[in-house]
Amino acid sequence: MMLSDTARQKIQDVRKLYPSARGALLPALYIAQREHGWLSPEAFRAVSRELRIPEATVRGVASFYAMFHKAPVGRNVIQLCTNVACMIMGAESLVDLISKTFDVQPGGTSPDGRFSLIIMECIGACGTAPAMLVNTDFHENLTAGNILDILERYK
Amino acid sequence: MEKALLANIENPRSREAAFYVEKGGYESLKKALEMEPKDIIEMVKKAGLRGRGGAGFPTGMKWMFASGDPKFPKYLVCNADEGEPGTFKDRPILERNPHLLIEGMAISGHALKAEYGYIYLRGEYPEAKDILDAAIREAEEKGYVGDNMMGSGKKFRLVVHQGAGAYICGEETALIESLEGKKGQPRIKPPFPVNVGAWGMPTIVNNVETLSNLPLLIRVGPEAYAQIGTPECPGPKLFCVSGHVKNPGVLELPMGTSLKEIIFDHCGGMKNGKKLKAVIPGGISTPVLPPDKIDCPMDFVNMPKHGSMLGSGAVIVMDESVCLVKVCYRAIKFFEHESCGKCTPCKEGVIWLRKILGRIEHGEGREGDVDLLVQVAANMSGRTFCPLGEGAASVVQNFVKHFREEFVEHISRKGCPLP
Ligand SMILES: Cc1cc2nc3c(=O)[nH]c(=O)nc-3n(C[C@H](O)[C@H](O)[C@H](O)COP(=O)(O)O)c2cc1C
Ligand code: SF4
Ligand code: FES
Repeated sequence: MMLSDTARQKIQDVRKLYPSARGALLPALYIAQREHGWLSPEAFRAVSRELRIPEATVRGVASFYAMFHKAPVGRNVIQLCTNVACMIMGAESLVDLISKTFDVQPGGTSPDGRFSLIIMECIGACGTAPAMLVNTDFHENLTAGNILDILERYK
Repeated sequence: MEKALLANIENPRSREAAFYVEKGGYESLKKALEMEPKDIIEMVKKAGLRGRGGAGFPTGMKWMFASGDPKFPKYLVCNADEGEPGTFKDRPILERNPHLLIEGMAISGHALKAEYGYIYLRGEYPEAKDILDAAIREAEEKGYVGDNMMGSGKKFRLVVHQGAGAYICGEETALIESLEGKKGQPRIKPPFPVNVGAWGMPTIVNNVETLSNLPLLIRVGPEAYAQIGTPECPGPKLFCVSGHVKNPGVLELPMGTSLKEIIFDHCGGMKNGKKLKAVIPGGISTPVLPPDKIDCPMDFVNMPKHGSMLGSGAVIVMDESVCLVKVCYRAIKFFEHESCGKCTPCKEGVIWLRKILGRIEHGEGREGDVDLLVQVAANMSGRTFCPLGEGAASVVQNFVKHFREEFVEHISRKGCPLP
């Protein structure tokens, strides 16, 4: 899986926004991740080549950050918060409900590849807890009554 | 009090530059560009503005240190990492009032002679990334920022840099490492970022809310600004309230508003007629308070006198149905997940705390476990490289201090006594 020309161009554009090539590493990893949904060994190699940063460094940095996926993920990524404000408003029962309904364990992907489920620390929606991000969409004030309808919209 | 930080955010046009300008936006930047940088810094000092990111450091003093350093270029970095659990106060500014932040940063850029500003935005706010990018583009097109700010000949360029899910990157030196494309692990201080920051250059890191205070401060002047809030901590403050209150949400109130008033007046009191059991007043790292200790003014100076901290102004309200051992356990799991691994007292301490709390919560607690918890926390305290580890220790110490019986009961009854 090589990077597309558009992605490579985007990396070169973002490179100009920083005084060092290294500064552009996180944005470049995001660009690469958007191409295939995760960061494959080829993606690491391509980013390394684009920015002229050693591949081991690229890999090492990516490993530090929770939002870079080092393994394939499902077509839709559910990021559900279970931190304190969400927990006291019932987030844990939602984890069980999602797991059962879509056959996906926290940290895993459903066998049909439709959903990955990631347990999050606070996502900044504590006043409307419990909350989750599905891909890049916020969904707040979740209940056992509304969460499945919301998820059904993601195919 | 008329809203300054959350002004007009309910309006569907609140993100548009034209709307922002209709409401008097970018006037303060215009005024600031006619002033000498050092006079603006003087104004900020006189107004008594303190950083809203958690530590409450006087902003004017930080700016003076940075501007006193002869090295150039200087970088202005906006801390929009907002990772402290319970905190969602910067999000309405980022998503609904982006030009307020841009104007605040442009004023700061001029005052600090920084031509480059980075907004370090947490990865969990993808919508804010698009909104900020669009707002910056619009502000550049209209000439408010860019190579010739409002015709002044001054340059200020802004870039949004996305974090990728690491709480420690909210700490300013870890943030700088991350901005430079490295793992977000804190640096030793000194040297402080104001002298040696991003790419070795003087770097000013300020929170979103801090920078968003600048347009108001310039508009009304330091004297009028200092009239808002408390004498030691002036200005408006955003409080974000979550948990078992009738009306949770983000409130803009004068600094120093009492915690009790926030919960019972501004948020309508407890939900479903239940009793208040505990409050975490400033984000999960700040000491928990029992109900009889909440009559305290929420500012950086008064909260420590009342046994806690203002932190990020993130109030988490818990009613009688909540198991505090479970809350403490969940909080420590968070610290375990986010510990950056740089220093042993934190890296290993949080694992031990989590293990002990886990067995207490799961009904396998042993006699002496409560004292063991306190002992592990005490051994971490004062020995960690950065405040994250200190925060973890203090969470345990304060939960046990105020709610010891609940921990003891879990052990003696082999599990949670609550239904
Ligand atoms: C573990 C840790 C996490 C932090 N997270 C944030 C954060 O998310 N946002 C923030 O503005 N400050 C955060 N801070 C505080 C910053 O280090 C720094 O003090 C602040 O950004 C300075 O800006 P201010 O003076 O405007 O408050 C954090 C500090 C620590 C130790
Ligand atoms: S206290 Fe924790 S987060 Fe801070 S440097 Fe040490 S290991 Fe890292
Ligand atoms: S605790 Fe869940 S969004 Fe903040």
